[in-house]
Amino acid sequence: MSILVYAEHDNATLKGVTLNVIAAAQAIGGDITVLVAGEGCAAVADEAAKVAGVSKVLLADNAAYTHQLAENVAALVAEVGKDYTHILAAATTSGKNFAPRAAALLDVGMISEISSVESADTFKRPIYAGNAIATVQSSDAIKVITVRGTSFDAVAAEGGSAGVETLGSATDAGISSFVGEELAKSDRPDLTAAKVVISGGRGMQNGDNFEMLYTLADKLGAAVGASRAAVDAGFVPNDMQVGQTGKIVAPELYIAIGISGAIQHLAGMKDSKVIVAINKDEEAPIFQVADYGLVADLFDAVPALQSQL
Amino acid sequence: MKVLVPIKRVVDYNVKVRVKADQSDVDLANVKMAMNPFCEIAVEEAVRLKEKGVATEIVVVTVGTKAAQEQLRTAMALGADRAILVETDEAAQPLGIAKALKALVDKEQPQLVILGKQAIDGDNNQTGQMLAALAGMPQGTFASEVNVAEGKVKVTREIDGGLQTVELNLPAVVTTDLRLNEPRYASLPNIMKAKKKPLDTVSPADLGVDLTPGIKTLKVEPPAERQAGIKVASVEELVDKLKNEAKVI
Ligand SMILES: Cc1cc2nc3c(=O)[nH]c(=O)nc-3n(C[C@H](O)[C@H](O)[C@H](O)COP(=O)(O)OP(=O)(O)OC[C@H]3O[C@@H](n4cnc5c(N)ncnc54)[C@H](O)[C@@H]3O)c2cc1C
Ligand SMILES: Nc1ncnc2c1ncn2[C@@H]1O[C@H](COP(=O)(O)O)[C@@H](O)[C@H]1O
Repeated sequence: MSILVYAEHDNATLKGVTLNVIAAAQAIGGDITVLVAGEGCAAVADEAAKVAGVSKVLLADNAAYTHQLAENVAALVAEVGKDYTHILAAATTSGKNFAPRAAALLDVGMISEISSVESADTFKRPIYAGNAIATVQSSDAIKVITVRGTSFDAVAAEGGSAGVETLGSATDAGISSFVGEELAKSDRPDLTAAKVVISGGRGMQNGDNFEMLYTLADKLGAAVGASRAAVDAGFVPNDMQVGQTGKIVAPELYIAIGISGAIQHLAGMKDSKVIVAINKDEEAPIFQVADYGLVADLFDAVPALQSQL
Repeated sequence: MKVLVPIKRVVDYNVKVRVKADQSDVDLANVKMAMNPFCEIAVEEAVRLKEKGVATEIVVVTVGTKAAQEQLRTAMALGADRAILVETDEAAQPLGIAKALKALVDKEQPQLVILGKQAIDGDNNQTGQMLAALAGMPQGTFASEVNVAEGKVKVTREIDGGLQTVELNLPAVVTTDLRLNEPRYASLPNIMKAKKKPLDTVSPADLGVDLTPGIKTLKVEPPAERQAGIKVASVEELVDKLKNEAKVI
């Protein structure tokens, strides 16, 4: 088995989720090569070379890859990946963007968001918003897979000493270009990696009221998330949405505040270790998954919680 | 310009599906079916492009059973001009569906193909990207804003870190995210009118594609159940439990 892992990074540092993807690669078993594609990203390749279990790092450093445009990245992954038995990427918006494209270029199917490895060709993945878990087997020569980061414990960032090989040619498909981006800036931990996540829903009523959650989060070293309703209403930006079609989180502690608990929301957080729900409606479905439920008005409970922590 | 909108018939998003006793699949007998919500957003976007004078014709297509005619009619009631059913009883997978769509793209020559980002049954999030690869088109996935101008389309995308805007040559593939628009409801007169709009049926063989899935489902199980929790009476009790029982703060 030879596995190509696509590294997720911002051209400066390797993103933590790559360590979870490498863990999935180890569960499959075999030689692990990490592909780092970007621009001015040699430091990322050096970081990847130190990761436990990695045997080789390929560096594609070119302006075609600066912004991870799918047209260019998929062409590279398909070209490099044809010599591997497995191609793995994180089930992030980046992995979800290029991996299916690369699979189609290779004329193979794709397995999205695996949550466990049963064998080299058999995997489990949630379907129907996590209301069912499918075990699927691929007969394709190359298995293209995205990995749900929260389902695999990260490998050690240190301990390896792989060599870095620089790839020569680059592919610029020339059919798409990067215009700009608005990235959320926050000193709080990353939503998908935080030990504690506090999420607010429509019950928060407006964006200003989320300040209460930010204050609480800073006391707990937590990240702040939201339901779709809170994002749709413009209380908070899209990158905070937790759920079936947003981010998947599985922290030690998840606190849902003013969130009813629709199946699409539960799909994104029900693997959390401990779930707390604060909702004024005692019938709210969120209480069915909560370890600790508090029926209360959040505008009383959240300030009280703040003062007691 | 012509816009092609591939849609999927799926279980209604309000339904909490259950797994069959023999673990072969989820049980869809007597379950409410509907157009995939992300496809509704795709249809709405195409209709808005037509209302703006950017699109001239909207063709909806689905790969599925005869029953999926219902969703094609719904799409026409919402404003699509005509529909194509690629009829099959096979539970096709994204690669096969993308190949069927590619054959239709060759035939119809749309300038824009708008799909949902994800079908809420299989949660694959693959078909649009695969079609783009097969058709050699650029892709603007997870779109929250789409602007067509001067032979190009600008797409603002919802990404993990925030928003990204890309510019794509036409023809292009766009997949919709939740914030792109709020789909309208079909009016009764439009539902009546849609019954008279053309709906063509073709077979996968007509398109020269084989929909046999490459990935086999061995088993479908219910997820692990969470243990029932407790209700706490006060914030004090909650803090105490979190500190001393759960030990998470
Ligand atoms: C295709 C599709 C994809 C979706 N994807 C997602 C997704 O990824 N993530 C997601 O979250 N949703 C998603 N949804 C939406 C989902 O179905 C629900 O609509 C959404 O989760 C509801 O958000 P909410 O709980 O904040 O709002 P509501 O359901 O309106 O609940 C608000 C809750 O706040 C409580 N409340 C109000 N005021 C107070 C107060 N003062 N004190 C305490 N409690 C209060 C109410 O009792 C209520 O339970 C998706 C839907 C579709 C169709
Ligand atoms: N059987 C199908 N027929 C037509 N379009 C489909 C079909 N399946 C998926 N699609 C399109 O591809 C999108 C993403 O689906 P998926 O890749 O299955 O998550 C959907 O929102 C549809 O626009």
